[in-house]
Amino acid sequence: MDFSDSPEEAAYRARARAWIADHAPHHLADELAQMPLFAFDLRSEDGVAAAKRWQKAKCDGGWAVSHWPEAYGGRAASPIERVIWGQEEGVFARLAQPFAIGVGMCGPTLMAFAHEDQKRALLPKLASGEEVWCQLFSEPGAGSDLANVATRAVRDGDDWQITGQKVWTTYAQYADYGLLLARTDPSLPKHKGLTMFFVDMKSPGVEVRPIAQMNGGSSFNEVYFSDVRVPDDFRLGAVNDGWRVSITTLMNERLSATVIPNGFEEVFALCRQTPGPHGRLIDDPVVRSKLAGWATIAAGLRNTYYRTVTSLSRGAEPGPESSIGKLAAANMMQETTRYALDLLGPEGMLAGSGELNGGGWFQSSYLRSAAMRIEAGSDEILRNIIAERVLGLPGEPRVDKDLPFNQLAG
Amino acid sequence: MNFDFSEEQKALRDSVRRFLSDESGSDAVRAVYRSELGYDPALWAKMGEMGLNGAAFPESYGGSGAGYLELCVVAEELGRALASVPFLSSIGLAAELLICAGSEDQKQRYLPAMAEGRSVGTVALDIPQGALQLADGLLDGVAPIIADAGIADFAIIACGEGEALSLGIVDLASPTVTLRDRPSLDPCHRFADISFAGTPFERLETNAPTAAAAAARDCAAILAAFEQLGGADRALEMARDYALERRAFGRQIGSFQAIKHMLADMFVATELARSNAYYAAWALASDSDQLALAAATARVSATRAYELCAANNIQVHGGIGFTAELDCHLYYRRSSGLAHALGSVAFWEDRLINELDRQRG
Repeated sequence: MDFSDSPEEAAYRARARAWIADHAPHHLADELAQMPLFAFDLRSEDGVAAAKRWQKAKCDGGWAVSHWPEAYGGRAASPIERVIWGQEEGVFARLAQPFAIGVGMCGPTLMAFAHEDQKRALLPKLASGEEVWCQLFSEPGAGSDLANVATRAVRDGDDWQITGQKVWTTYAQYADYGLLLARTDPSLPKHKGLTMFFVDMKSPGVEVRPIAQMNGGSSFNEVYFSDVRVPDDFRLGAVNDGWRVSITTLMNERLSATVIPNGFEEVFALCRQTPGPHGRLIDDPVVRSKLAGWATIAAGLRNTYYRTVTSLSRGAEPGPESSIGKLAAANMMQETTRYALDLLGPEGMLAGSGELNGGGWFQSSYLRSAAMRIEAGSDEILRNIIAERVLGLPGEPRVDKDLPFNQLAG
Repeated sequence: MNFDFSEEQKALRDSVRRFLSDESGSDAVRAVYRSELGYDPALWAKMGEMGLNGAAFPESYGGSGAGYLELCVVAEELGRALASVPFLSSIGLAAELLICAGSEDQKQRYLPAMAEGRSVGTVALDIPQGALQLADGLLDGVAPIIADAGIADFAIIACGEGEALSLGIVDLASPTVTLRDRPSLDPCHRFADISFAGTPFERLETNAPTAAAAAARDCAAILAAFEQLGGADRALEMARDYALERRAFGRQIGSFQAIKHMLADMFVATELARSNAYYAAWALASDSDQLALAAATARVSATRAYELCAANNIQVHGGIGFTAELDCHLYYRRSSGLAHALGSVAFWEDRLINELDRQRG
């Protein structure tokens, strides 16, 4: 056991640090540090343009997808080198958000299921951020019950014709391509009649409508498909084998998850900086006890992530135990930000007042945290996964599992 | 970077687990529970023979040449098996204090016998102010609620406060010492008040007694965290196994989400505690400047995980979990005892925040 860098790791870290010092958009550092949770709207310039510039620079420097094979733009970096990069990239990693789903989920799915010429054509541009990818999985009737997808893909000559609606599609408004799970045979049980495709988001009949979210943002979208033609060549995996392909995508979702934000450092800094009845807020015994509890969860999440990286670096597959990270971090984010609002007193009721306390970071993050407990597997689904796949408890009753999809009640 | 125990350490864990399942099964623990003595001397002696107690001692003082990581592996298995031995008192605290603050003569006199399990030491770090008086090398007064005092051969007493803190060894067989047993919530770990009446107090030769006491407490806290982790893990397993076995309303009770989600939360708490304990083990073994923070973090994390798992284990079992016949209560009692050994949760939370605050500058 050794939590310090080996000489090779220290050299890698020094290279990463030097490269970041030379290339990162340092003028954005302060603004990025204060950016609301999961946003990348910059005040000083266009956030998407800034994000694409940093992604391209990283790609040219060999850092953007360093863990990928060299043939697709990577450097075959080890999982631990990937961790080192993440530690050094720090606040600039927030600019990578528009590409997180592409690099983390769509890319690995293409690697596993696309033709070689497609991989060579698509992956480098995905890696460099020149082309943004989204994931077209959830639907109004298929959230936690993802296999209930109803969007239809009907074969028509060499093409498929896609009709239906997706929802909660992150950053679809910037996307050039999307990974699409669609129903190809409704006469089969729900997990068995699905097929995976990728689609050109500029195809005729694709309409993206940003969702007005409860926190005021619109990072999620509805995507409507009206007779959209997709060549059979864009199919990933066999017809009606899309569920298996989606498992690959979702496994990589766990893998790509770095340390998920949990609000600890922010609330800790608030308590150190703000005067309280006993000196600073942090000097209050009740506050200290709260902070200590969260400190152990934050440390536990970081150290669990490192343990996962160690097992990945030995060739293990990411397992269902990685569900811990999102479950614990999302709940903690909601609790830490709610507590911060309490500590802010009357200001906690305001939408955020400019210069004080991060200019409303706690307020906006408290609103956004409600979604963290739902996206990428709700608390309840993640607890089911841990209970069933890690602890070996019985699965939920699935009364519709073996019925043909077109005979389900709805 | 490498955040896992080595293959050799995992093999050690397997062999200690087998050894303890033979030597410290439920029957053995229950025998201790009812015994006069309140610990298992045969098990302690065998651990000595196997070199487990002295795993982290220098070899010149009877150590087996392993280290702190191996000692943490042992601690986790002791916790899982509810082993009734004075591990924290004698190895975690007393030996650690002797190693970092004892004279050469003191180390030679005590450590080899402790490694072999022939001698047991205990430590009193948190004596109420004014409870003890030290004059001319003689100790008077009462040290209250000292773990394993009834089975220890000697105790290391922290007398006085701050600059005036003295650490010294007292011989518990001295006619000037009397013990008063204090019934324990966990009868497998017992306590006594120690009264001194002019008892010779042999100082540890250190210029920094406060730092030595803090270091020993950190070391013991990390070992305690591993014991707690082992106990939490076993309580979770027991609850899981029962949830698979027990049927109600025509189903395994483990098929109800109320039970599944309770068990999932126990797993999350245990894994976070495990990761924090691993980090602390590394900090201890490498004498990292993060040791104090890592020890407090591991300690708070493991306390929460064990108390949650031990309490929910009874809950999953339902009524039968509240019977003396099942082992659930033994874990519940141990989780409570370990939570309060070496300082309360509030003490460790305070220490954790102090360290974090200091590090942020």
